[in-house]
Amino acid sequence: MKNKIEVKNLSKVFGPRPQEGIELIDEGFSKDEILAKSDNTVGVRNVDFSVREGEIFVIMGLSGSGKSTLLRCLNRLIEPTRGDILIDGDSIMDLNKKELIHYRRQKFGMVFQNFALFPYRTVLENTEFGLEIDGMSKEKRREKSRQALAMVGLEGYEEQKPDQLSGGMQQRVGLARALAVETDIMLMDEPFSALDPLIKKDMQDQLLELYEDIDRTIVFITHDLDEALKLGDRIAIMKDGEIVQLGDHEEILTRAENDYVAEFVQDVNRSRVLTAEDIMSKPLALLYENQGPKTALHKMNEEGLTSIFVVDRERRYQGILLIDDVKDMLDDNARDVKKYCRQVPEIDPQTTIDELFARLADLDTPLPVVGEEQKLIGVIVKTNVIANLASEPDEQVKD
Amino acid sequence: MEVISEIEEFINIGIPVGDWIENFVDFLIANFGEVLGAISEIIGTMIESFEGFLFLFPPLIFMLIITLIAAKVRGKELAIFSLFGLMLVFNMGLWEEFIVTIASILTSVLVALVLGIPLGIVKAHSKIVHLITRPILDLMQTIPPFVYLIPALMFFGLGTVPGVIATVVFAMVPPVRLTYLGIKQVPDELIEAGQAFGSNWWQMLTKVELPGALPSILMGVNQCIMMSLSMVVIAAMIGAGGLGEPVLRSLSTVDVGLGFEAGLGVVILAIILDRLFREE
Ligand SMILES: Nc1ncnc2c1ncn2[C@@H]1O[C@H](COP(=O)(O)OP(=O)(O)OP(=O)(O)O)[C@@H](O)[C@H]1O
Ligand SMILES: [Mg+2]
Repeated sequence: MKNKIEVKNLSKVFGPRPQEGIELIDEGFSKDEILAKSDNTVGVRNVDFSVREGEIFVIMGLSGSGKSTLLRCLNRLIEPTRGDILIDGDSIMDLNKKELIHYRRQKFGMVFQNFALFPYRTVLENTEFGLEIDGMSKEKRREKSRQALAMVGLEGYEEQKPDQLSGGMQQRVGLARALAVETDIMLMDEPFSALDPLIKKDMQDQLLELYEDIDRTIVFITHDLDEALKLGDRIAIMKDGEIVQLGDHEEILTRAENDYVAEFVQDVNRSRVLTAEDIMSKPLALLYENQGPKTALHKMNEEGLTSIFVVDRERRYQGILLIDDVKDMLDDNARDVKKYCRQVPEIDPQTTIDELFARLADLDTPLPVVGEEQKLIGVIVKTNVIANLASEPDEQVKD
Repeated sequence: MEVISEIEEFINIGIPVGDWIENFVDFLIANFGEVLGAISEIIGTMIESFEGFLFLFPPLIFMLIITLIAAKVRGKELAIFSLFGLMLVFNMGLWEEFIVTIASILTSVLVALVLGIPLGIVKAHSKIVHLITRPILDLMQTIPPFVYLIPALMFFGLGTVPGVIATVVFAMVPPVRLTYLGIKQVPDELIEAGQAFGSNWWQMLTKVELPGALPSILMGVNQCIMMSLSMVVIAAMIGAGGLGEPVLRSLSTVDVGLGFEAGLGVVILAIILDRLFREE
């Protein structure tokens, strides 16, 4: 998969003499020592990572660990002190002011923790802000903004002012504002932290739902591991400006690379009974029923899969196609995948983890989680279940 | 005791501050006479145009227009007050002075805002300008307004023009300060949002900063108007026409009645303008 964003050896030092801070970093002093020695604060420290095209990349860490600073370096709201950032393979570090403005308009949408809506603008005017800045004609940007508002379920609120809306609705406006500009990358700095838990869950679900329809790369900041696990394809954990671990769910949960991460992971709220919905992941690729074996092979190759779920246009679950089935199809010169795909029992989103364990034991394929209207909403692989079982504390209520 | 008087004698070397200032003013007049002339010309023309325009309306029509505006902008109460207030001014025989005062206040406020708001904007963006203007603004606010009359008189002679200029200097401070403050108070997050979506500096100013600062700027406008009004009587000391003049005249002739009437005229104008240009 292509890299959308590449960050190379990035550091940001705040303070009177940032270069001095960089030197101290190179000499290996810690954040606290550097502050004591030189009055400089290390925001981000020698960070290296890349974000793949189309993934949700989550950055998490405690307060002050440098998440916001790192995120703001990506569109140079904060000027990095050292290092390089490549977007689509091109460095953005030597763009001049004008080019940078152009770049921000083309590539980045942003959603803020405290919504950052303009209080003197209506919901619609807030939503169209980015398009207006980009010089789009009034008629066109109105139409796009209305579409974006519809996507987040805010039709009918166009003429309201932000302070007439609830927190959750305000953040939807923030989301719509970032969706409206149709940029490739969406930067989200703790967008849901200010919301109460129920609305938060709602917004997460909505983001995932939207994510299916839009073709974006999302960098998402949170300090909530539950949220990170729910949304993230991959998760980076930061401490004192450094990325201390980077990996997918299983890696983060099962192989905590140091005490800091382990502590973080322990915090996950496991007092409740986990269900399929909580631990399922997004299918890496889907095959539509009208697509042929070549497409299937291509998709499986790209994601390194040995099986792929087949759905219809409305995302209704049809079956699973294994790599062997694809081979058979090619041999038979067949086109209709529905004839070749197998029926694996569907899983209800509310199935508990214990039941899942029983059903997974003698299966080699992932399980489809099927929700309302037969829609495929997620997949469960063995590792999902085992990772969650393994980290369950003893006092876990069983059934 | 002796020591003290010796020290007093020692420090009393007679620093010629007055001479310096006088020399400085002479220097300015000698070298910048044309600039001063041009300023005088512009302000004079503005005052005359406003006067000419306002005198086009017969008093009754003028009263009705103001009343309608008041009704539209603020509602019944201010409309009624305006109508009766203006009729009272007319009855006191001060209509002409009243209009002249409005014309010079319009001029002063306009000039003060045209200079003050941009200066406030620059001040909010430039640390250097901010540091330079801060003590000057402090000074402008603490100097008794009478003192402004002296340079105004020296540069521009007697008349309404120097009155307006002294008024501008005095009334310019709040729009500068409040524009600056308004822009500084725009939350960082909104500035960030502006940047993140790719605003250039002009878009930032017009779409983020100024709209955010608007309530504060409007407060500056209101204060500017009020301070201009407070200069009406003082400016009359250097020959500015309008309601200030009868007040001064009444002082020298101990004509309490006339002084009170003209003063009442100023108050009525102040209340109408304050209510009209106020953020509710
Ligand atoms: N403008 C600034 N000037 C000086 N130091 C700063 C500045 N911004 C951030 N820092 C410092 O950089 C470090 C990282 O801050 P940052 O805001 O990125 O943390 P964070 O992980 O986003 O925290 P939070 O969860 O509280 O938002 C902190 O030590 C902070 O004090
Ligand atoms: Mg932060």
